[in-house]
Amino acid sequence: MSYPGDKHEQPTVVPIKKIIEEADNLKTFVLEYPLKAKPGQFIMAWMPRIDAKPFAMSYQTENEFHFAVMAVGPFTKKMMELKEGDKLGFFGPYGNAFELKGKRIALVGGGCGTPPLKFAAIEAMNKGIEVDFIMGARNKAGIAYADEFEKLDMNLFIATDDGSLGEKGYTTDILKKRLEENKYDSILTCGPEIMMQKVIELADEYDTRCQVSMERYMKCGFGVCGQCAVDGLGVPICKQGPIFEKEKIKEITEFGKYKRDAKGAKVNFGSHC
Amino acid sequence: MDLSTTFCGVKFLNPTVLASGVLGVTGDSMRYVVDSGAGAVTTKSTNVEGRTGHPNPIIITHEGGMMNAVGLSNPGIKEEIETIENYKKQCEAPLLLSIFAKTVDGYKEITEKANQSKADFLEINISCPNVEDEFGKPFACIPGVPGKVTEIVKQNTDKPVIVKLSPNVPNIVAIAKEIEEAGADALSMINTVGPGLAINIETAQPILANKVGGLSGPAIKPIAVKAVFDVYKAVKIPILGIGGITTGRDAIEIMMAGAKLVGIGTAVYYRGADVFKKVTDEMGEWMEKNNYKKLDEIVGLSHRI
Repeated sequence: MSYPGDKHEQPTVVPIKKIIEEADNLKTFVLEYPLKAKPGQFIMAWMPRIDAKPFAMSYQTENEFHFAVMAVGPFTKKMMELKEGDKLGFFGPYGNAFELKGKRIALVGGGCGTPPLKFAAIEAMNKGIEVDFIMGARNKAGIAYADEFEKLDMNLFIATDDGSLGEKGYTTDILKKRLEENKYDSILTCGPEIMMQKVIELADEYDTRCQVSMERYMKCGFGVCGQCAVDGLGVPICKQGPIFEKEKIKEITEFGKYKRDAKGAKVNFGSHC
Repeated sequence: MDLSTTFCGVKFLNPTVLASGVLGVTGDSMRYVVDSGAGAVTTKSTNVEGRTGHPNPIIITHEGGMMNAVGLSNPGIKEEIETIENYKKQCEAPLLLSIFAKTVDGYKEITEKANQSKADFLEINISCPNVEDEFGKPFACIPGVPGKVTEIVKQNTDKPVIVKLSPNVPNIVAIAKEIEEAGADALSMINTVGPGLAINIETAQPILANKVGGLSGPAIKPIAVKAVFDVYKAVKIPILGIGGITTGRDAIEIMMAGAKLVGIGTAVYYRGADVFKKVTDEMGEWMEKNNYKKLDEIVGLSHRI
């Protein structure tokens, strides 16, 4: 049987197959459905009569897909109360994807920006691309996937602000060191804009391609409502993004400076992920 | 093909107008729409203090088009005036500032404030069908009220005033005449139809967070064309025709019914933001092929043959 969501912007609803506790305040939701998404794309997870919010996929097989949820607001807090077997809806997949090309790539993820890069890393490795994965968080409790990644054929680097796991410092400190000694075909990054801005600067310095995953307040998810239009380009990032080459990011004048809330009013960046 | 036209004395390079509610949140995004070929843009509807709007989902699509309950989200008139200023720095294409108020008397304050903006027109949204829980029946659906609102708006602005009509009334012609008599400069029609309801059968729950939403897109085009046709016969003020216009042929059709300008919103979903360029190209090609020299020959043509 087909779902309306196959043809129209309507929700598909399936029971939650599994919920995995990944890190402090970070859970993976596993839904059984052949989503056929690409790394970097997202769904709008839907709880009836409550809300729907965007989440990028963190992993995918033929018959199931994963996405990570961090409790940051009322909707994600409600999602954290869900249990395996509960029904969950989703719209999508939406947005464009990372381009996985070349011999060797570096992935730089900060906080809740790491999960979408996990999907990209696994797809890249399947294509025979060598992956250097640099991830960071405030402390050890905020680092997800460390044990899982150790078992995979990738070069893993961890940075924490307090040094409780990996190196003390920032992901960008590690990236700089790696760039001094290695040549990458592309850097993929997802995380706080202040971190991604630094990643772009390094990519410029070392003349390396850089693909950036952006986040903004999204409503429809498919380029109609205009809520996530960014200044400079003026395009809705749910549709033309969320992945942009660093050259395009430079045309987004609000990048790293401000975003818009549910009303469409400007808010300057705080520390929130 | 020259597709330029004038509307209430304002020049438009082409007759396509971004309809209110689609894109249109920021100055830069409206410039992007003009870069994509629109002759003019309409802002999201704005009130004095701003609104968060409804939670998601706010839009779904179905076999016949789209259904939305965005819930009039906007940052408030103060920030909207800055948005328009930013747009006008980059763009010469006319801008319609869509405004609304919760009460009839509330139209005084929002109009006074909107009048200070650099907008070329004020579009009065008295016909949003997805805020009824909070606002009650849309003013456009209560005979006697649209005229009152129009009078208040006209008293407080020197900008041309376009009043947006609801199709969800027994007699749209009577409402249109009332608005014309109250001094409106133009009409835009139609707002979304319904509202309708979509239920997800796996959960037995309405899909839109607001439960009900207004219908737009291809399914409502015949309703829009009929409404424009009927109103064109009854009034002298010009009409901005809106409702399911997706192709150049659609645009010509609603113009033959009597529209002087053509609003496009939902078609951005079907054909991308450059739908404006596609529609104007298609109009030009069709006109050339059928020996029409200018748009005026087409406007209201169905009434003349």
